[in-house]
Amino acid sequence: MKVSLTVNGARRTVDDAGESETLLQVLRDHLGLTGTKNACEQGECGSCTVYLDGTLVCSCLVLAGQADGAEVTTVEGLSAAGAAAVQEAFVEAGAVQCGFCTPGLVMAAHDLLAHNPDPGDDDIREALAGNLCRCTGYQKIVDAVHRAASPTTTP
Amino acid sequence: MTALDTVVAGGRVGERATRLDGYPKVTGQFAYASDLHRDGMLFGATLRSPVASARIRSLDLSGVAGSPGVAAVLVAADVPGKNRFGLNFDDQPVLADTVVRYQGEPVAVVAASSPARAWDAVGRIVLELEPLPGVFDMEEALADGAHRVQEVGNVLRHVHIERGDTRSAGADVWVEGYYETAMQDQAALGPEAGLAVPAEDGGVDLYVATQWLHADREQIAPCLDLPDEKVRLHLAGVGGAFGSREDIHMQIHACMLALRTGRPVKLSYGREESFHGHVHRHPARIWMRHGATRDGRLVAVEARLLFDGGAYASSSPAVLGNAATFAAGPYDVPHVRIDGTVVYTNNPPCGAMRGFGAPQVCFGHEAQMDKLARALGIDPVDLRLRNALEPGLSLPSGQVLTGSAPVREVIARCAALPMPDAEPLEGRGAFGYPGGTGNVTRGEGIKRGVGFAVGFKNIAYSEGFDDAGSARVTVRLEGDEPVAEIHTAAVEMGQGLYTLLAQIVRTELDIDRVVVRQADTAARNTGSTSASRQSMMSGGAVQMACAQVRAALFERARSQAGAGAGNHELSVGRGWVNAGGHPLARVADLLDEPVSREAVYHHRRTGTFDDKGQGDVHVCFAFAAERAVVDVDEDLGLVRVVQVAAAIDAGRVLNPLGMSGQVEGGTAQGLGLALMEEVQLSDGAIRNASFTDYLIPTIADMPPVVSAAVEDPEPGVPYGAKGVGESPTIVATAAIVAALRDATGRELNRAPVSPDELAGLRPPAATQGPPPCPDVPGQDPVPLYFQSGSGQQRLM
Ligand code: FES
Ligand code: FES
Repeated sequence: MKVSLTVNGARRTVDDAGESETLLQVLRDHLGLTGTKNACEQGECGSCTVYLDGTLVCSCLVLAGQADGAEVTTVEGLSAAGAAAVQEAFVEAGAVQCGFCTPGLVMAAHDLLAHNPDPGDDDIREALAGNLCRCTGYQKIVDAVHRAASPTTTP
Repeated sequence: MTALDTVVAGGRVGERATRLDGYPKVTGQFAYASDLHRDGMLFGATLRSPVASARIRSLDLSGVAGSPGVAAVLVAADVPGKNRFGLNFDDQPVLADTVVRYQGEPVAVVAASSPARAWDAVGRIVLELEPLPGVFDMEEALADGAHRVQEVGNVLRHVHIERGDTRSAGADVWVEGYYETAMQDQAALGPEAGLAVPAEDGGVDLYVATQWLHADREQIAPCLDLPDEKVRLHLAGVGGAFGSREDIHMQIHACMLALRTGRPVKLSYGREESFHGHVHRHPARIWMRHGATRDGRLVAVEARLLFDGGAYASSSPAVLGNAATFAAGPYDVPHVRIDGTVVYTNNPPCGAMRGFGAPQVCFGHEAQMDKLARALGIDPVDLRLRNALEPGLSLPSGQVLTGSAPVREVIARCAALPMPDAEPLEGRGAFGYPGGTGNVTRGEGIKRGVGFAVGFKNIAYSEGFDDAGSARVTVRLEGDEPVAEIHTAAVEMGQGLYTLLAQIVRTELDIDRVVVRQADTAARNTGSTSASRQSMMSGGAVQMACAQVRAALFERARSQAGAGAGNHELSVGRGWVNAGGHPLARVADLLDEPVSREAVYHHRRTGTFDDKGQGDVHVCFAFAAERAVVDVDEDLGLVRVVQVAAAIDAGRVLNPLGMSGQVEGGTAQGLGLALMEEVQLSDGAIRNASFTDYLIPTIADMPPVVSAAVEDPEPGVPYGAKGVGESPTIVATAAIVAALRDATGRELNRAPVSPDELAGLRPPAATQGPPPCPDVPGQDPVPLYFQSGSGQQRLM
């Protein structure tokens, strides 16, 4: 199956995507964009989160065919040059340990801040409740989102 | 192909240092094992046994022959060398040959041109099994006539510790309890994965996410029938571990397939396979009796421990040794009798998980301390303070605490941490109630409880194991700037070790630019990233190597300066070698040739148990106390953990940011075992091998964790620092369940606590009493008395 899509601003075409393959597999296996992660491949962990036509989705739940003609932004494309504020904030706040959850969390946090520039703790928890992290206990992830919302304050 | 060598900026020992691999990770550039790629690589897939106990009657591969894209199908007969491996004993087949002993045991492996083709081929293999009886219950494993899981029988190890005489302890009050903890999964988000690349010399290069490169190699090479030097391991990005990567999973399979096909082979597990592909935390059954005098002096502890080791030994013998030595808690107890057994069953193998035997017994001894406090009418924190261990006192195993043991300090410090702000019962946000955004209560039927727990953990390997650390530090010029490079075989699995090693180099050499080379087996063995040991062991080796580099720089400075150096003491700082505080030579000018030094750091030697379980078996200890505050909705059995307060014995804090991250993350895993995490089995088969059915804490489940470090440096250890990776996990489960008991008044003797138990719909876990102790030749693991096969011992 042929799938054409725009990924991080560039037109990409995959000629041999399988019928049952997902957007996650297209990104990782066909396009070599391995920044998007695959911790469960059944919609439970959020590690595969990307923007699909501007909407946050679990790419493991999107069939490759559904992404045909779509515009996709992955963690690699979040900031054209260097790291976006939210990515910086994750590093500075210590919100990264093994980092396997990080791409998905960075995407989810980015989306939250786009809709709510100054979220409270509960807003953050609600927005990130679909992203599992096994390392951090989440506290520094909450810190990171606050930090990204107001980059000048240090915790 | 693998993660880049990492360059670091900023941060010395004691400073808040951000991760050196932070930017590659937030931008998606960091290459985890599951991200590896080689042109022309094949993909592996594994056929696993669908049942837990059976004889292999036949294995028909004819359906695979000629399948498109299939390059190899390998079975037990294709294992080039010995078809056995294992951490403590080589009792586990690479591929099952005659029988399968647990559900999920690998039977055949396939390499094909795509993952889909590989899985298709696996589906075409016809595996005919003849059912065998199985043993799925750890008490049944001890019964006469039980099915023997291994030839040596079902007792893997029994440890007996005896001091004084509990019957004449003079206790006025006794309390008794029975406790159970469930099988827990490490649930590292990064799946098991690796890439094996055949080499021209007939050997293989394996890029893999593991916790100990050299122990992997030691197990892999004999199975491949290759000498060690032809099996080269390189660390690939590790997506968390928590013990799950201590054992071999896909390593040997990928190497076999690569050697057979002559092509790179990648093997990467999915989530379900991951549940079958690594060991778990041992489920435990614990019987305890505690005796105290009326004035609150703990005088006797009797404990019977039973751990389910599953089908193969893994590191079970060491887990049991830990559990037994910690069973009485961090308390001074004159009369003790502890009997611990770990058995083989046909359940999935259990082994290392954060805490390594300590969380289970902590759950028991802390519940007992609360019972005792109630029976005596003494405040539970006060009772713990009265009985706390201190330097000069000894463990039940007779080991005298010679180093730092700030037990009282962690208890007092934790108890003094601020309680959560008072909240009105009504009008809280959704996350303010049990059930969270489910909106199941607006405050009615809510009860609050507070629980407290103290625990401890040994640092580094025990029972005579000399798990030395080693590192090479090289200083050279890049342009006009000195750069220090660290090369070790130490595994960074997410906890922040490399950041810490770089902090040590900056501190010791005053060089800002530090590069950490990818870990591989070209570096010397530096032991496992586990047992909270790497800060001490690899950190110690880096510190020693730095001292030697410094000495070499001084020698060069002296010979360059001639008499100018005088007799002054030399130091490095701000890019100069200084003599008596005055600049003597620019470091950059001393580096025409790089300086490179390798150092090996040994911890103090430990001993083994005698026949009464007495022995100086551990190196040193890290203590922790946590207090949990919970709200329980008793109608629905739902819980909101309101706050966890933690006081952690760190010896000395090397990186406050890294430390609090360990405390918060470790607490989350303990919370998981308290409230939700359980690998559920029926006839040995895992029923919930997915993140849909095996729940781990989300951001909505986690309370704020308020943490404080207690700094009491460990003598004779680099910077006096102790690892903090495990102690928070150990106490969190016990503290949270204690808070649930306080809120509900229920017994809650099993972790995880189910909603049904909280709502009073399910009785406490019941017991017929402890099983009799098995008859064993001695304190050592039973297989040792039967065979000479070895695991890590060869590395000593
Ligand atoms: S990989 Fe898509 S949600 Fe887990
Ligand atoms: S940092 Fe490891 S899973 Fe989140």
